[in-house]
Amino acid sequence: MNRQIRHLGIVLFVLFTALFVQLNWLQVIDAHDLNNNPANSRAAVRDFIQPRGVIQTSDGAVLAQSVASNDAFKLQRQYPLGELFAHVTGFFSFTYGSEGAEREFNDELTGHVSGGGFNARDLLLPRDKTANVTLTLSNKLQQIASDGLGQRKGAVVALDPRNGAVLAMVDYPTYDPAALASHNQDAVRQSWTELNADTDKPLLPQTYRERFFPGSSFKVVTAATALATGTATITQPIYPNLTELPLPNAGGQTLANFGGERCGGPLPEALRVSCNTAFGQLGLDLGGAKLTAGAEAFGFNKVPPLDLPFGASSAFPPASAFDRDKPALAKSAIGQQDVSATPLEMALVAAGIGNNGVIMTPHVLAEVRDTDGNVVKGYDPKPWLTAVPAGVANTVRDMMVGVVNGGTGTAARIPGVTVAGKTGTAQTGNNTSHTWFISFAPAEAPRIAVAVIVENQPNVSEATGGTVAAPIAQAVMRAALGS
Amino acid sequence: MSTVLAATRRNTELGLMLMAGVLTAGAYTLAGLGRSSHLPANLIPFLLVILGLLAVAHIATRRLAPGADGILLPLAGLLNGIGYVFIARLDSDLAALQALWTALGVGAFVATLVLVRRARDIERLRYTFALIGIGLLLLPLAPGIGQNINGSRLWVRLGSVTFQPGELAKIALCVFFASYLVEKQPLLAMGTRRVAGVWVPNVRHFGPMVLAWGFSLVVMFWEKDLGSSLLFFALFIVLLWVATDRGAYLAIGGVMFAAGATLAYNAFAHVRTRVHVLADPWSVASGAGYQTVQALFAFAAGGVTGTNIGQGSPQRIPAVATDFIFAAIGEELGLLGTVAVLVAFMLMVGAGLRIAMRVESPFEKLLAAGLTAIIGLQTFIIIGGVTRLVPLTGITLPFVSYGGSSLISNYILLALLLRISDDTRAREREPERVPA
Repeated sequence: MNRQIRHLGIVLFVLFTALFVQLNWLQVIDAHDLNNNPANSRAAVRDFIQPRGVIQTSDGAVLAQSVASNDAFKLQRQYPLGELFAHVTGFFSFTYGSEGAEREFNDELTGHVSGGGFNARDLLLPRDKTANVTLTLSNKLQQIASDGLGQRKGAVVALDPRNGAVLAMVDYPTYDPAALASHNQDAVRQSWTELNADTDKPLLPQTYRERFFPGSSFKVVTAATALATGTATITQPIYPNLTELPLPNAGGQTLANFGGERCGGPLPEALRVSCNTAFGQLGLDLGGAKLTAGAEAFGFNKVPPLDLPFGASSAFPPASAFDRDKPALAKSAIGQQDVSATPLEMALVAAGIGNNGVIMTPHVLAEVRDTDGNVVKGYDPKPWLTAVPAGVANTVRDMMVGVVNGGTGTAARIPGVTVAGKTGTAQTGNNTSHTWFISFAPAEAPRIAVAVIVENQPNVSEATGGTVAAPIAQAVMRAALGS
Repeated sequence: MSTVLAATRRNTELGLMLMAGVLTAGAYTLAGLGRSSHLPANLIPFLLVILGLLAVAHIATRRLAPGADGILLPLAGLLNGIGYVFIARLDSDLAALQALWTALGVGAFVATLVLVRRARDIERLRYTFALIGIGLLLLPLAPGIGQNINGSRLWVRLGSVTFQPGELAKIALCVFFASYLVEKQPLLAMGTRRVAGVWVPNVRHFGPMVLAWGFSLVVMFWEKDLGSSLLFFALFIVLLWVATDRGAYLAIGGVMFAAGATLAYNAFAHVRTRVHVLADPWSVASGAGYQTVQALFAFAAGGVTGTNIGQGSPQRIPAVATDFIFAAIGEELGLLGTVAVLVAFMLMVGAGLRIAMRVESPFEKLLAAGLTAIIGLQTFIIIGGVTRLVPLTGITLPFVSYGGSSLISNYILLALLLRISDDTRAREREPERVPA
């Protein structure tokens, strides 16, 4: 019988070999396809139920945290400050993925970026390897900026010019991330559909993803470029007093001052009253090559390296666009026509002027700490762009101080603090305008730079940026400086 | 010399048992290390119980079967231990019960070694075993105590205890088959006719085959237990062939199996469903094929190295602690883990067949071959089903799956193999006692 037993052994060996081959097929060869099979929600659920750390503000307010839930997902993500930080924190949703800081810092929150290397203690004790992310934003400033904006469409971005740290980043309308982070998939789908159908785009973080005409706030860039290229100084040329500037090759078309006002004078005076005719002429004097290069030196046509996902670039036309279109050159010099900027970009312009011409890399991450409180990842400030030489920046700064002290931006004055600013009113073409204010303070050694836009304001004048947007910037700066 | 050899075998066993214990304890520790895994501390005593029971089994072998094969028990201990770790990881309530079942299993192991001092003693009890086997197999059909669970009538409830008598029946029937076939072997192997050079058995020799076939059909039709049905019939045919060396029995058995399978396919919707799921699980991924598809995803998620114990999500597979425990191992220990388990079973089969080849008495030879075939075939049927190589039939993975009936009967099976192996050594030790 031994022969048969041997044969039985061979048969069983063959059967086991078939199992071995099948296991190799499932676990190696076909594994990739199986893992990506549409019916396979295993990886998605596994990623989703990983413990996540806390996201908090620099002043200790919790923005996102996980609490135990009695369902298959084990943990429910909560957003205690809801709408206020929605466009920074983002959301963490099983159905629609993640957004904002939840997306950007996913690896940190789930503990995939942990310092210290191998820890022998890990072999003995189960350890919570998640990490907590602290942002540079301040709950206090965020709240003040939000209060200032109220229920008007618009955005506020506040930065520390010295290191690029984002101190506040608010826009309206916004949404409550809890509606998308719920485990009730039907409710989440309904919220998602409603939010996407809303024509005010509450899901869109306008601060760094939406572009607007910068209007006269762009004159800061034009003035700095003119000084840097030697096209103008603070005394020369002296622009003629005009109500409207005739444009070359435009068939009688002109560039008018707001409300038919008459203005002119040297560059500081032109900036102080935001004189369109003077800046239009300056744009023509500069020419396309210098003006485009100047705008790009401030970060136009580049995506600011902010550590939040899907940032937008601001747009300035290429130099070649002005070759045959001189009127466009004059209009671009005052931030109209094809110029558009995100609120973040305009805050970076102000910050660059305040920081001796150097624009620091904007960032929201302050540090990452493990659950024991050890810093596993910090942030080292680094320059993004050198927009203009320090001397030019300081000259522009002094001109911007003039805007606040005795020009269109007097609403931004803070007792005991020198404030530099520039208003903007950008016509949108439907009898409303976007009102802007960009500023920094204290002017001699700025600790905060702010850009404010309030959209679609009716019945405006050139001073409207100063009356609508400047008070919001003033309140934020005042709170930040503690005065 | 031979006493020294026996001592060596026991020391080998002890060494291997220690390795199995270290592997089990190591796997258990790993399960607690995962970032998101939390094993309740109160399960550690149960782990110690498992390890202690394996020590008890080893000491019992030293006392009761000192000359027996030294690798079978450590392999069983390893599989039992790995299975326990996964059950603990999946369901802490089941883990406590599995520790109890292991205790009963080891108790049955020791009792078998005590009661069966020589394997040939049970040869004479063949019809008793036949009755026990048939009775156990048909017990779930008895009204009042039989239970339908998950559509199969495999269970018997006595008071608060449920068990699967089919697990024990397979051993009793194996004893009966071995002893019956040894007795009838000259008759069954005797050719009466040759047709075109092929040996054809006398028609009346078909009787036992038809009986076994009919019996398997009963199990399949009334208990809806495809796996056990296939296992019984395959076991009988294999033993018939091993006893007679007549290939025709294999061929005829194959034809009868095909006929039974066709019959079952046409008669039962659930059989058709199983076949359809095997052919195309994706079209019914959220329905009848859910379990299979989730198991395939689990194997794929594990890849080569696995997600590590406690890090996967095998609880998405229905019945993962019993029939589908191999998929949980595949997900969390990867290909390395599944192949290790497969190799452990192959080594068991190898050790079992080596025992069968060394023993001289035809009954013990057949019994050892049959018991080994049960382990090998059952492993193939369930792993093949879980990995979508053959239609899925709900049977347990020996020593690994959760389940009292399964653990107890597999420990009895193991004790019988060790007893046969020790008999071999006893005869080698004292050749003068062996009748020529």
